[in-house]
Amino acid sequence: MSMQMREAFGRHLAELGKTHPEIVVLDADVSASTKSAIFGKAFPDRFFNVGVAEGNLAGIAAGLATAGYRPVINSFAIFLELKSIDQIRHDMCYNNLPVIIAGAYGGFSDSFDGASHQAVEDISIFRAIPNMEVIVPSDAHQAELALEYALTRNNPVYIRLNRNAMPDIDTDTDAFFKAKAVKCVEGKDVTIAATGITASMACDAAKLLEAEGISAEVFSCPFVKPIDSTSIFESAKKTGALVTVEEAVLNGGFSGALAEEAFRAGFACKVKTIGLDNCFGETGPYVPLLAKYGLSAENIASEAMKLLGK
Amino acid sequence: MEEKLKKLLSDPERKMNAAEINYLASAFRENMFTVLHERQTGHWGGASSAAEIITSLYFNRLNIDPKNPNWEDRDRFILSKGHASINLYTVLAARGYFPLEDTHQFRTLGAYLQGHPAMLKVPGVDMSSGALGHGLSIGVGIQLAARLSGKKYWTYVLTGEGCLNEGSTWEAIMYAAKEKVKGLVLMIDYNKVQLDGTEADIMPLDPLAEKIKAFGWHLCPNKYDGNKAEDVLDSFKWMDSDDIWPKAVIYDTIKGKDVSFSEGKNTWHGCAIDDEHYELGIKELKAITAKREALV
Repeated sequence: MSMQMREAFGRHLAELGKTHPEIVVLDADVSASTKSAIFGKAFPDRFFNVGVAEGNLAGIAAGLATAGYRPVINSFAIFLELKSIDQIRHDMCYNNLPVIIAGAYGGFSDSFDGASHQAVEDISIFRAIPNMEVIVPSDAHQAELALEYALTRNNPVYIRLNRNAMPDIDTDTDAFFKAKAVKCVEGKDVTIAATGITASMACDAAKLLEAEGISAEVFSCPFVKPIDSTSIFESAKKTGALVTVEEAVLNGGFSGALAEEAFRAGFACKVKTIGLDNCFGETGPYVPLLAKYGLSAENIASEAMKLLGK
Repeated sequence: MEEKLKKLLSDPERKMNAAEINYLASAFRENMFTVLHERQTGHWGGASSAAEIITSLYFNRLNIDPKNPNWEDRDRFILSKGHASINLYTVLAARGYFPLEDTHQFRTLGAYLQGHPAMLKVPGVDMSSGALGHGLSIGVGIQLAARLSGKKYWTYVLTGEGCLNEGSTWEAIMYAAKEKVKGLVLMIDYNKVQLDGTEADIMPLDPLAEKIKAFGWHLCPNKYDGNKAEDVLDSFKWMDSDDIWPKAVIYDTIKGKDVSFSEGKNTWHGCAIDDEHYELGIKELKAITAKREALV
């Protein structure tokens, strides 16, 4: 089991703070939860806790960025996607400022708090805004890589983080830094492209499918924007079938991004999209909650088999 | 352009006195009114009310270098009430950031002078604005950066009532007081008229001074007429009189100032100026400019 993404991100942020004096970190009274408090303890002068005021959080960060700093703003993804969005759109994205937006408790991961705290539209909202890049890491290591990648960029970058300790996957670091999809499993019958923590489920689904005599090719797709449709479509062309998986609404998110690219490229194959179909989540323990909404290795495998007519 | 105006603008680096600023602001109003009439779009009311404040900043106060708009030690000005863009553009042009003739391209397709200030397109614009209530948070961020870097620049944020209707401004007011943000000045162009009606009808802010003080800001105790350069320059003296932060100044102003039929009228917030009203208005503006010119 991996370290929590938020813990890994928070620790890595504090580590990078030693060699990056331009990093400043802001939080909106949830630093103990987002783990930005680790940076705050190490660098109190470069840490700003603005209180429960997410609009102000983002505006201050934009101001800092115009004066040469590299702000990293932290809050729950749900509040960044909805309460900071005005300032993120106007102040950061319109001016193309290099601010890192770290959305903790992404997807269903704040499971017990219920739908009010579950960010399931963040990917769709952020990827719609010009200049913004959107990264949905699959595990703690990818969360660290996402931070390093974002620090090399001169534009705003949204990184969705997960609250809970979830399984690790193997990541090809070179592919990650090129904003490519990361191939986890080689296969020939069906392609499974999964973003965020659903990648490890997809890897497990491949094992289940293998037992059924089906060879699945699995990708972890941390980059939703830019989207590496080339790798996914090359694989799907080979296999003839594509399953996409995301811990988010299906409207305008990861599968939406792929669909747009497929439409433009005239690419078509058998497709099944797994995600939230026009619904909110609910309260409950995380993994069973995910499973209830179709996010489990078993369901991914089952949907892949249905897609293949088996 | 009048000879006297040309002469004044030939040396924009010189700190202008109150009479000169009153004259400049009046001449700038003529340009704003003319451009808005030509373009049949834009916001006259709030642009006019801020003329002396913005002119005073750029011709007496700000430590800036128009040849190097992104100079990192410069003072910053954030027009949080971004709809007064034609005012800012006219002043920036007169100050030497770009040709004054370019202001006539305001809001045309392909022009760099966007409807609202756009920092990536317009030299001298320190921060894009337009969605109200954003400027003060950004000012806080810029001055926190100054604290970290040890730089001495200040940031002046100009808001109207609209920005003070927005909750985000009050978030920034609270946080700036908590941090005692040095070098941050909130300037309120208090014309008391909004888009839909008077401030009293739409969203009463009074007692505004007491509210700002209660939130922990160092508010200038003086009552200022923001349409008089003498008063605006006096407020600059007050800003220099102590080292207590953050600072705020309320300027009483008149929306649609110096065009009689637009003064204090919400209907002149952002309507197109027709030919008939243009002829009447520009005549009044020219008469006021001539009076002010005589005092220079």
